[in-house]
Amino acid sequence: MRIGVFICHCGENIGRTVDCPAVAEAAGRFPGVAYAVDNKYMCSDPGQNLVKNAIKEKNLDAVVVGSCSPHMHEKTFRKACSDAGLNPYLFEMANLREHCSWVHEDIVEATKKAIDLTRIAVEKVKRNVPLEPIRVPVTKRALVIGGGISGIQAALDIANAGFECVLVEKEPSIGGHMSQLSETFPTLDCSQCILTPRMVEVYQHPKIKLLTYSEVENVEGFIGNFKVTIRKKARSIDDTKCNGCGNCAQKCPIKKKAFSEFDEGLSFRSAIYVPFPQAVPNIPVIDRSVCTYYQTGKCQMCVKVCGREAIKFDQEDSFITEDVGSIVVATGYKLYTIDKKLDDSEIKGYGEYGYGKYKDVIDGLQFERIASASGPTSGEIQRPSDKKTPKKIVFIQCVGSRDESKGFSYCSKICCMYTAKHAMLYKHKVHDGEAYVFYMDIRAGGKGYDEFVRRAIEEDHVKYIRGRVSRIYEENGKYIVKGEDTLAGKSITIDADMVVLATAMIAQPNASKLAQTIGISYDKYGFYNEAHPKLRPVEVSTAGIFLAGACQSPKDIPESVSMASAAAAKSLVLFGSDVLEREPTVAHVNDSVCAGCFYCQKVCAYNAIEKKEIRDRHGNLIRTIAYVNSGLCQGCGTCNAVCPSKAVELIGFNDEQIYAEINAL
Amino acid sequence: MQHNHNRVAALSDKIEKITSESPLLCYQCGKCSAGCPIRDYMDESPNQVVRLVQLGFDDEALKSSTIWLCAGCLTCSSRCPQNFDLAKFMDAMRSTALHEGIEISEIDTVKFHKVFLNQVKKHGKMFEFGLARDYKLTTQNFLQDVNVAPEMFIKGKIGLFPHEVKDKKGIKEIFDKTD
Amino acid sequence: MKIGYYPGCSSSGTGKEYDISLRKVLNLLDVQLEELNDWSCCGATSAHATNHLLSVALPARNLIIAEDQKLSEVVAPCAACYNRLIVTQHELETNPQLEKETSELLGKSVRSGISIINIIELFVHIGKEKITEKKKNDLKGIKAACYYGCLLVRPFNITHFDDPEQPSSMEKIISATGAQAIDWNYKIECCGGAHSFAHKEIVVDLSRKIIDDARLHGADVIVVACPMCHSNLDMRQRAMKNHQEMPILYLSEFIGLSLGIEPKELGIGLHFISSDSLLEKVGSKE
Repeated sequence: MRIGVFICHCGENIGRTVDCPAVAEAAGRFPGVAYAVDNKYMCSDPGQNLVKNAIKEKNLDAVVVGSCSPHMHEKTFRKACSDAGLNPYLFEMANLREHCSWVHEDIVEATKKAIDLTRIAVEKVKRNVPLEPIRVPVTKRALVIGGGISGIQAALDIANAGFECVLVEKEPSIGGHMSQLSETFPTLDCSQCILTPRMVEVYQHPKIKLLTYSEVENVEGFIGNFKVTIRKKARSIDDTKCNGCGNCAQKCPIKKKAFSEFDEGLSFRSAIYVPFPQAVPNIPVIDRSVCTYYQTGKCQMCVKVCGREAIKFDQEDSFITEDVGSIVVATGYKLYTIDKKLDDSEIKGYGEYGYGKYKDVIDGLQFERIASASGPTSGEIQRPSDKKTPKKIVFIQCVGSRDESKGFSYCSKICCMYTAKHAMLYKHKVHDGEAYVFYMDIRAGGKGYDEFVRRAIEEDHVKYIRGRVSRIYEENGKYIVKGEDTLAGKSITIDADMVVLATAMIAQPNASKLAQTIGISYDKYGFYNEAHPKLRPVEVSTAGIFLAGACQSPKDIPESVSMASAAAAKSLVLFGSDVLEREPTVAHVNDSVCAGCFYCQKVCAYNAIEKKEIRDRHGNLIRTIAYVNSGLCQGCGTCNAVCPSKAVELIGFNDEQIYAEINAL
Repeated sequence: MQHNHNRVAALSDKIEKITSESPLLCYQCGKCSAGCPIRDYMDESPNQVVRLVQLGFDDEALKSSTIWLCAGCLTCSSRCPQNFDLAKFMDAMRSTALHEGIEISEIDTVKFHKVFLNQVKKHGKMFEFGLARDYKLTTQNFLQDVNVAPEMFIKGKIGLFPHEVKDKKGIKEIFDKTD
Repeated sequence: MKIGYYPGCSSSGTGKEYDISLRKVLNLLDVQLEELNDWSCCGATSAHATNHLLSVALPARNLIIAEDQKLSEVVAPCAACYNRLIVTQHELETNPQLEKETSELLGKSVRSGISIINIIELFVHIGKEKITEKKKNDLKGIKAACYYGCLLVRPFNITHFDDPEQPSSMEKIISATGAQAIDWNYKIECCGGAHSFAHKEIVVDLSRKIIDDARLHGADVIVVACPMCHSNLDMRQRAMKNHQEMPILYLSEFIGLSLGIEPKELGIGLHFISSDSLLEKVGSKE
């Protein structure tokens, strides 16, 4: 063999602690090494040219560079090798910096170690084989899970770039929580007015395939090549015939049995219903649990009044499969409720705030519905219990957030802003009303946000009290709120007509189940984990899957929209190539050795082990063995570690190579 | 006049040693004070006492009436969002104040506790008549409860003689060893 | 059914009727009490308020007695005694250093395993069906405000008994007597506790708020499960000005009435505030 060894000083980084010339000199005497030099900066242009020239002039068939961590420059030197005509996998790096000069002080010892590290790398590279990157085709279609503002934004960006996008939404309509809001901070824009044009755009877009009232059942495959099974839940309506006239919902006799989910339980809906007038698509759904026909076989009023024969009682869930190249997860959030939830013997929820037994103690989304012009009270601020106008409203922030004991330790980010908004909306509508806000801190870090809160205090005279509330109880139709102002050191008790709790933003109830289906990781709260909190906020550790919006962590609308566009951009980067190149250092099964025990399959975190049938000439099954899907394999080596017969090995890191390294020491 | 806030939070460390919980946990939300039944009688609110300790105003904190008026009802500890055991903190403040001979702001309360425990030390069980008698003697407040005392005697609710434990030696030993 | 009994210091004094009525009621419900041999004071508020080690040693001594008597379950009718015993047990289980110090002090180690229960838990164990079965006076028409006070329901992570904010266990027992347990706002608000001597005015103020709220919600009687609470709500009612009297009954007295035991035998006559208004509704006289 003719191996070239290049030792880098890395300026003073390595050079100060390791005697690089000595290392190069020692390396020159290793068996198989044809050329060894040292250089100040190997990664620089001159440094790289040193490698390239040496390959050509000295006829090198393998290269070792002793420098920094492969994380830094493996790619750089591999490219230099391939530029010079040498297969880039006939290259190894000895980490003389992070593993040597940066962690030792004694020059003599460090140099000895550096020589050892170089020797190891040389022995390994002797056993390297040339490899070609694995090329997989890319399906240039995207799947977006979740049809709230984040999902809508991502879908539109992808579709407008010319690529097909499948948008799956579990509710009968897209729009998410944003469609429930009355006005948005800090501009006080009418939420639906800014949202519905986008919803319609999604519906009408030729490149968006909209699947509402549908859920993702199964995800298989890998980046560029996902196969997704989607369950289209039965609406009991033929959506090719329905024209959204609304007669069915109007005439449905079930008027007081089911609470409207869209109105957060503040109003009723019928059994056959459209969640809200601006729903997209404007096609109803039948709630079979309250529909008389499904319960008793009688009624069928909707059939009578439907002029298009669109009702299909016998409709069942159907399944479709979609091939996509990338997945954007935009499943959003839910609000924490203070109802008692017994989990083993732990009591969760807020008993001191009534555990949800007081009708006029409501949460933020319920207040949004009350304040909303399209809501159950047509935008008039009314108490749910007796419909009277409340003259004193108390808003309490941080209910369930920043709470180790009964809630979650994180801050839900948006509550300070929407509470100020609520208080302002209330004051704008009830001029002689009094609004109190109990807060711990004011988190208003966005553009125009702090000014917004100051406006509430200075112009709308919302009374801000710094302290938490200990207890709320009802007395003679009023709600006694016992709080404290820690700034003045005074106890503050208010007899409120209504109380609005800013409850925590939490993960969707089935967030963990969905994560397991897709194959992404989540934290202890159910929020999805980004690949790196600082530099890779929209990616996850599984390639080809991206995050957008509140499913990753609590955030407001502008942040969700930004993140959605970022996730879309990542998808478009993927779609920019026809093929995807992947590292060839993946696992490989030796067919003749594999016994088919499938221990490897049990430990593979990437579902990369498949079954392969070995058949004889007549097609009879001899045995079933393991097979590595090189598209999914991430090269972690766990299968190699557990295989009892050493049938599966990691290409580029096989046992022979590793033993050679150890023996070289 | 001190221009530098160079106080060392010595008391905070002492309290942490006793309770195994750092006073730094408290983020001053005030929920404890909001729900404290005695709060309006106290000079500093409960959360303010913790704040004084956090900042190193040790003397002020130990001299507050707060720590003695605390009734040990546990409402604060059970509602604190940080799971900070404020009631235990108050216990530690009290024992520290007594231990360090700090000027006590609620003498009568301390006298009550001393008289109570003295009865237990002597008899092993709390002797109510002895408690009332000794409390009146130490506080010189002879007129208190004169209207209820006779009734209590007549109803036999207060005996003139203590019920005593047999193991008086054991009880005395406990008191001596924990002094 | 047999159970260990830790009477507490006030059982022979101001809380006499609590002990009397409890023994009578348990006798009728076939429960035998085995009193702890030579038990001593638990230290109540004064110990834990001034001396941590003392406040652990005093209850620990009684836990050792219970173990020596091979009792698996002990009921402490006084809420303060119950709280001190169960909290001490928990502290010793979770703090090895403290356990070592206490064992050295007492010359014996406290091994865990005893279940310390309060009076409500005792009646839950007995079962409301048994109360209904032995009921002689149906207390229908009586509106009872169940007062838990502070130390039965808190701290939840140690007592694990009923909801610390919206308890309902006493109400379920009361319903066995036929009476109606009303919903009210001061179930767990402090009565002032041990401030009865040194800060009578605090106790009078706090107790008054409790009684006023019970009355506001239509209560005929407040049912308590602690002699300190009883003393504060009953004896201190005398000091409340412009005040309409509200009878305060121990849970055992209330159940005793429904089991047909005469009020005099239950010790109800020993209260400061007359229970006549209540007893008329039951059909007996003090």
